[in-house]
Amino acid sequence: MNTFSALKRDKGKCTAGHEANLCDLGLVPSVFIENMRVRQMGSNDSKEAAREIVVPGELLAISSKRAGPGTFSEGGKIYAAHLGIKSVRPDSISVVPLSGQYMPMRGDLVVGKIIGVGSSNWLVDINSPYPSPLHVNEVPWRVEFGETRKFMSVGDIVLLKIVGVDEIKRVSVSMQDHGLRKLTGGMVVELSPSKVPRVIGKNGSMIQTMKTMTGCRIYVGQNGRIWIDGELDNMVLAVKAIKMIEDEAHNLGLTEKVKRFLEENKVEGA
Amino acid sequence: MGGAPTDLKLIDERGLRLDGRRPDEMRPLKIEAGVLNKADGSAFVEWGMNKVMAAVYGPRECHPRHLQNTERALVQCHYNMASFSVEDRKRPGPDRRSHEISKILSEALTHVVFTEYFPRTSIDVYIEVLQANAGTRCAGLTAASVALADAGVPMRDLVASVAAGKVANTMVLDLGKEEDNFGQADIPVGYVPRTDEVVLLQMDGDLTREEFDKGLHMAVGACKKVYEVQRDALKRRYSSRAEGQEEGA
Repeated sequence: MNTFSALKRDKGKCTAGHEANLCDLGLVPSVFIENMRVRQMGSNDSKEAAREIVVPGELLAISSKRAGPGTFSEGGKIYAAHLGIKSVRPDSISVVPLSGQYMPMRGDLVVGKIIGVGSSNWLVDINSPYPSPLHVNEVPWRVEFGETRKFMSVGDIVLLKIVGVDEIKRVSVSMQDHGLRKLTGGMVVELSPSKVPRVIGKNGSMIQTMKTMTGCRIYVGQNGRIWIDGELDNMVLAVKAIKMIEDEAHNLGLTEKVKRFLEENKVEGA
Repeated sequence: MGGAPTDLKLIDERGLRLDGRRPDEMRPLKIEAGVLNKADGSAFVEWGMNKVMAAVYGPRECHPRHLQNTERALVQCHYNMASFSVEDRKRPGPDRRSHEISKILSEALTHVVFTEYFPRTSIDVYIEVLQANAGTRCAGLTAASVALADAGVPMRDLVASVAAGKVANTMVLDLGKEEDNFGQADIPVGYVPRTDEVVLLQMDGDLTREEFDKGLHMAVGACKKVYEVQRDALKRRYSSRAEGQEEGA
């Protein structure tokens, strides 16, 4: 039995006994419990407050709801397939992962790195178990056979779109779409792909905050790679903010916290 | 090993074992998930005097390429005992025993992982025994399944594992080193609680059918307790990090 999740579910009704117990175990400092209680009482979103961490094989529901991503059903019961946060919707149940590799999906925007050059293609590492070839027909330039190296070489960073993934996970990528290009300058930070949605935020709120507060140009790839370019101090600040998101991805009120962090550490003249 | 020292009493008059446990009692078990920064998932298990570390990498590109399966991922376990893990120095490197253990643990884990989600890849599980005191394959399997879950690998369930055995004509649970060396039989069991399946079963020594049934029953019962500790370790990993203090780096 996980005392912590019970505490979360109690939503501010936790007894002193719970607190003492958790603090004694050294799991949670008492300050945090104070914060948590304040936040939960202030929160009117009951679904968010009921965040529950589930482990593989854990029974989620016995119902006719659809088994969403991160779950599987067996004999009319829905179980969690991986470690994550349970999320219940009116028609389906899913588990939002807390870790894991990036699995390429059609339509995803990714930040890739060239790891090999052939005579008619480049091999791109897209931070997944499957490196993908980028064919010369899929780039915005006219490339003669054997002249690939003149355009891009090993180590270059590119912004790509995944145009197809087949059943044995052969990935095809393209650079022929609006905004797709080779990325020069700047820097790339990596984080767990499962945390990308938190970096983007609801309707892009988080990323918008970061862009305006730091004045950096930022591209977030679905594969967990983030490209940042701007003034050095601002870049450092943006990286710190991303690390903060990564460490606290499963907490509530993150956008506000990051906003406060960026405001406090704002670089003069940015 | 020679025969048992003649004065060694594995079970005393009160029916207690060398370390004071009852026959159906396990050694204390402690699991911590997410202990390594560079691995995709990891776990550390302290089980009595056993200390076992498991690290998971992947799913990642499968090398050598000829082992790739176009339909599913390959779960590759690498069990290794550190040279300092036992009293007499263990000669480092793979040997007959570690090959065998790696193979059976891979098979046990393959059974619970959704390998079909990751065609052509390999999921590498490294199990390092830092301190050994009998039952390291069970500790290794227990650690490995926590590490897999920590790595975000989709699984049908966690695998829990305990050994049972026969010592001084009594069926006992979770054999210690002396009991393993001088006992009569040892059955490591890997168990999937949700589906009530056994994914690892070996037997070293001779048992009657009745003794075997009793041993298996004891081990399965204990696996359910191990399972609870595993689940707790995984949940604790994220609730303890929730305070916003990063671990390590």
